[in-house]
Amino acid sequence: MTKSPDTPPALYVAREPIFPRRVKGSFRTLKWWIMGVTLAIYYLTPFLRWDRGPNLPDQAVLIDLAGRRFYFFWIEIWPHEFYFVAGLLIMAGLGLFLFTSALGRVWCGYACPQTVWTDLFILVERWIEGDRNARVRLWNADWSARKLRLRVTKWIIWFLIALATGGAWVFYFADAPTLLVDLITLNAPLIAYSTVLILAATTFVFGGFMREQVCNYMCPWPRIQAAMMDNDTLTVAYRHWRGEPRGKHRKAAGAENLGDCIDCMACVNVCPAGIDIRDGQQMECITCALCIDACDEVMEKIGKPRGLIDYLALADEERETAGAVPRPILSHVLRPRTILYTGMWSLIGVALIYALFIRSDIDLTVEPVRNPQFVTLSDGSVRNTYTVRIRNLGAEDKTFRIMLTSDEILRITVETEGPNEGHVIVPANETLAARVYVTARPQDAAAKTESTDLRLWVEDLETDSRAGVATIFNGKG
Amino acid sequence: MADNKDRDDVTGIDTTGHEWDGIKELNNPLPRWWLWCFYGTIVWGIAYTIAYPAWPLVNAATSGVLGYSTRAEVAEQIAAVDAQNAEVSARLASADLATLAPDDDAHRYGVAGGASVFLAHCSQCHGSGAAGALGYPNLLDDDWLWGGELDAIEYTVRHGIRNDVDPDARWSEMPAFGEIFEDEEIAATVEYVLSISGQDHDASLAEQGATLFEEQCTACHGDAGEGMRDLGAPRLSDAIWLYGGDREALTETITYSRFGVMPPWGQRLDEAEIKAVTLYLHQLGGGE
Ligand code: SF4
Ligand code: SF4
Repeated sequence: MTKSPDTPPALYVAREPIFPRRVKGSFRTLKWWIMGVTLAIYYLTPFLRWDRGPNLPDQAVLIDLAGRRFYFFWIEIWPHEFYFVAGLLIMAGLGLFLFTSALGRVWCGYACPQTVWTDLFILVERWIEGDRNARVRLWNADWSARKLRLRVTKWIIWFLIALATGGAWVFYFADAPTLLVDLITLNAPLIAYSTVLILAATTFVFGGFMREQVCNYMCPWPRIQAAMMDNDTLTVAYRHWRGEPRGKHRKAAGAENLGDCIDCMACVNVCPAGIDIRDGQQMECITCALCIDACDEVMEKIGKPRGLIDYLALADEERETAGAVPRPILSHVLRPRTILYTGMWSLIGVALIYALFIRSDIDLTVEPVRNPQFVTLSDGSVRNTYTVRIRNLGAEDKTFRIMLTSDEILRITVETEGPNEGHVIVPANETLAARVYVTARPQDAAAKTESTDLRLWVEDLETDSRAGVATIFNGKG
Repeated sequence: MADNKDRDDVTGIDTTGHEWDGIKELNNPLPRWWLWCFYGTIVWGIAYTIAYPAWPLVNAATSGVLGYSTRAEVAEQIAAVDAQNAEVSARLASADLATLAPDDDAHRYGVAGGASVFLAHCSQCHGSGAAGALGYPNLLDDDWLWGGELDAIEYTVRHGIRNDVDPDARWSEMPAFGEIFEDEEIAATVEYVLSISGQDHDASLAEQGATLFEEQCTACHGDAGEGMRDLGAPRLSDAIWLYGGDREALTETITYSRFGVMPPWGQRLDEAEIKAVTLYLHQLGGGE
């Protein structure tokens, strides 16, 4: 260590407040729409109904933790089918790779809940306290009755939104209308209230006060996504070759050498991340594209072409500097990497859909009882026991017949029998574990060989569809 | 000193002023709220160890001012489950097993609960799969020493076998024929038993043994060796042997006589548990 300052530099900094200005433009409009749609999906989905018959819940999307079922419209996922969820998560991951390598941090800019709720909170803030300048003034003003009134109003509205956000979450885990009434009449379980309150608190703090701090310090995406971008990725950037040297005083001497940027700070003032896009790509930029809208507005006013700040690929810098037109968007987007991601993404998607459709409506598992391997009966026959689990996905009770096939002579008997031999009745939306005995007489080959292959079958008596599982019969061998 | 700021040229970020072999440390200050969160976790950590059991002392840990204990919580949960099952358990305790329908809740509760009772109290001798072992009956097969009907099983479980504790225990004893028979006589009897159970045997010896068997054994094991459940005398004409059915094992059994004991569970288990384990045993595949 060669140098040791007398007063060490500050190791901690306070958050710089950011007052994003209101902006109009095509990206802003698109973002309003996305906000409306995503929030509506989130808040309203639990209240959609879906008729599944008498014994099943009629909520379209429901995560039934106690019953260990996930209902999604016509799809019902049981715990042993969790690979569907795993598949969806992998698809979500690949989708994110795809979008990030093609379009940069579009997730951050448009769809991330942190962005959407922050946007909503800023909207409220602007509505109560006014636009950027008014908010800066209010921030700097001493506490007064007016400041207090504005702040408290804002906080109350924020908190109501936060409460609705936390509230909507719990509706995905129980019958929404019933829970709503329970929550209001104070009859809901404690866990529901604490979940609502915790999520309300995080929404309130993250949307109202933390904002870009969440992205900069808490979220892993900025790091991961930055690593997934390359020179062909389309992302929000400043055409410095066109804008520089920037300058305000257009009438001053030498102004003819200036670039298109008039240094009006519009792009900086609208930025929810509080950065200057003209400094180049930065980790803080969530590519919300609001600076594009802001700059386009200005360019229009001063009669210059739009797009000083724009979605562009770094690879085009050289061409554009040389005065050539940039390569078409598609040639950036379509490159081996994105095609590979799309391919993998679709492959998994198709596989999942395929798995969903070939899913037999009989679901069957066979668990041989291997303690003991076999039982000798008094006449010397050898008996194996199997637990056959049949699940009934439907909303009505079903009767199944259990059978076996094998190259050797074996007999089957079914405990827990229904009205007829070998028949079992499985109640609606339940799994039945039937005890099944398979016996080989002493003179049969299966009794004397160590193991014999067999297949246990289950047949739905109404639809005649059947499903089979291969298993093994243990003999004295 | 305000003027000791040292800026890194490449990144444009201030350094902390620390330098090791020409490598400088950049100063990217943490947000202050992060620091407060960090302090918050320390306060939380300390408060937590005061509120909850935490610090190990010589004999035990501090118990925490909230008086929380995982043990108490488990006890509470068990009590809650017991309370939930109280009704069906009471119904099972007073039920007549023979007429209890298999799809009755009390029956299902019995089978499921009986499996636990079995694992806790019976599996030590009869094995966790109820397949028994040498000298301990297999409870899965269709051969029963004392009967495989529900009430016979229930009686056996309740009173046990050959114990001095319960006056109603099932009781029988085979004499040790080593003190009664000559060696050749034992050998002949063994051959006869081999013959009635359909195994390879010496026919002429077996013929001598037949007379001995008729004189000494039929009283308990029956004329054709079919056994007698009232006395717990095993059937000798089948393929199931408690102590082994080959020549050597039979010789040993006849010479020294062998039998096991079982405790009277009526004194240890409650009524519902006895009925539960009875139902469980009965549905394992051998119940009559
Ligand atoms: S950085 Fe993280 S929290 Fe911020 S917008 Fe992107 S994904 Fe969302
Ligand atoms: S620099 Fe532009 S795109 Fe990036 S966060 Fe700021 S306003 Fe959004």
